Amino acid sequence: MTAIATAWHRLTARLAALGTTALIYLALAGVLVLGGAAVAIDGADKGANLFATANLVDMLTRTSLTGFLAIGMTLVILCRSLDLSVGYTAALSSLVAATTMDGRPENIPVAIGAVLLVSGLIGAANGAIVAFLRVNPFIATLGTGLIIKGYLDTEYKGPAGDVPELFQQFGYTRIGFIPVSALVMLALAGAAVWFLRSTRTGHHMYAVGGDAEVARMSGIRTDRVLIAAHVLCAMCAGVAGLLLAARFGTGSAEAYTNLYELDAIAAVVLGGTLLLGGRGGVAGTVAGVAILAVLDTVFNVMQIDPFAKDVLRGAVIIAAVALYARRQLDRTAARPRFAAAEGKSR
Amino acid sequence: MTRLRGPVDLLRWAANPTGTVFVLLAVIFAWIFVLNDAFFAGPSFMAFLKQAAPLMVLAAGQYFVIVSGNFDLSVGALVGAQVVIAARLIDGEESRTVPVLLVMVGFGLLVGLVNGLITTVLKVQSFITTLGMLLVLFGAIRLWTGGAPTGGLSESFRTAGRMGIEGVPVLGQIPWAVIIMVAVGAGAILLMRTGFGRILMASGDNERAAGLAGARVDAARIAAFLLSGLSATIAGILIGGYAGVSAQVGDGLEFTVITAVVLGGVVLGGGRGSVLAAMAGALAIEALFSLFNQMALPATLRPTVQGAIIIAAVAYAARRRARPGSTAPHVSATANPS
Repeated sequence: MTAIATAWHRLTARLAALGTTALIYLALAGVLVLGGAAVAIDGADKGANLFATANLVDMLTRTSLTGFLAIGMTLVILCRSLDLSVGYTAALSSLVAATTMDGRPENIPVAIGAVLLVSGLIGAANGAIVAFLRVNPFIATLGTGLIIKGYLDTEYKGPAGDVPELFQQFGYTRIGFIPVSALVMLALAGAAVWFLRSTRTGHHMYAVGGDAEVARMSGIRTDRVLIAAHVLCAMCAGVAGLLLAARFGTGSAEAYTNLYELDAIAAVVLGGTLLLGGRGGVAGTVAGVAILAVLDTVFNVMQIDPFAKDVLRGAVIIAAVALYARRQLDRTAARPRFAAAEGKSR
Repeated sequence: MTRLRGPVDLLRWAANPTGTVFVLLAVIFAWIFVLNDAFFAGPSFMAFLKQAAPLMVLAAGQYFVIVSGNFDLSVGALVGAQVVIAARLIDGEESRTVPVLLVMVGFGLLVGLVNGLITTVLKVQSFITTLGMLLVLFGAIRLWTGGAPTGGLSESFRTAGRMGIEGVPVLGQIPWAVIIMVAVGAGAILLMRTGFGRILMASGDNERAAGLAGARVDAARIAAFLLSGLSATIAGILIGGYAGVSAQVGDGLEFTVITAVVLGGVVLGGGRGSVLAAMAGALAIEALFSLFNQMALPATLRPTVQGAIIIAAVAYAARRRARPGSTAPHVSATANPS
């Protein structure tokens, strides 16, 4: 008994010593193991296997779309902001892409440029409203989302534009069992990790999220940092829109009905980034996205009722966040917030 | 709200965040009056208030949660769930109305309690707690009914949402919904003046200071979630009676009601704002929808105008708040609450 007690004690102590990100990857591994076991037991007679190629492809395909949105969302949440308009931005981007390409492969570079420009401008508007007009980001981005929704509903009654074969490859091609879109997402995640760790603006984002007032008094132009985060977030949503266009082969205004923004926020928080800003990172977000994707694939393979999926998803999100929320918040309470933020950004 | 002594005070009041919503409301009403003065005839104005009542009740409930520093994103799904539960359990039988009403109140309180406990005891940010609750309720209701709600409401159940005191001079009919809404509003205002209300406000303003001063912050916040669940139940009864049974009645309502509360000058993150203004914010949003109707604005364009007006109104209020000389500038005006 005592041996077990000591072993347990040692295990919990080691877990406590782990960083939040490591803990999330541990959670991802746990979800994979449990999911794999559930699938194996449920479909034992059919020889079901969560790690069969088809299921792995499904899993990785699911990560890319939420991944793009969640990477951008991480940046704004780190700055203690929020973006509820990404779903609408992605839908608009898919239309801009499809109508600009109009079936001609030579238009692809122009279309990508147009999408990044349009989405970047939306992000700049979001950032400016939040930074200069001091509107709460929840309301500001809900408002811009509504504005875009009205534009989409008025201008596009149905699918529009035509995506050439060449660009549709972005949605369907894969190398081995890894879809190209997932590789692009991982590359973007890598770039974002580098951006947050190694650039000045990246460090400033942690500082602004930790305490905007202290950051301002330390000489950081907080408004610029906030706007930069919003622009990058919206551009990530633009890339997600490109992926939507590549998958559907056309631009679709209906895409916003899927509430992608809530998925993205859930993934970011699952990934250990604090909604209050200043703590977290993109590496955790990728794990958060992966956890959601694994869950969806498991539910799919086990053919769970789509409505039961929502119930399980909601419960898992709450439970997962509850698991590490306590220690995360305890830590923030232990030291002043700005010290935590600066420690991170050093 | 301070007592007004003269034109200067009136101006100052109109310029503060709480006053902004009343100015906005006056502007919208004036515009409707120009387009169609018959709108303000007793019966049609009462019909407008009857339609606005559920959102105003929800706004009062959401106000408690927001002012204590949290969010409740689950109210829309809860309203939908309550309507479906009522239809399924009553199934057209008059005699079941009262027991089912009690079940609904119990269910609303249970959802609020779970939200509150997860947020305070497990320390999950309320945005995530209630987002999870939204998913759970949304899925569970459709799972239970197999996608389409079944059963039907009884006549007496629908009374609250549809009927009223008939034959009142000038007004024609005073709908029960309006009476319930006024009662909820009065109750909420009185509650915010009690010790509980002050603790709630303090918890949202500075959790640590409130805790050190001996306030039971967690208990107050759980109570706020309970009140929100209760208000969603009342709103569900009103909407079910008014609009009939559909699982979609609550979809998106959470964002509308949070917008309404913020429009009323209540600060997301807690500690600031009045419940009267929050309910006025809800009335302003409903008035805006009526204005769109009067203007015959194409339905597809409405979200754009709505979004622009919301941003403008909140920006206007925020600008006043940030001005030196007014009440202490709120540093975290750009912050989002947990």
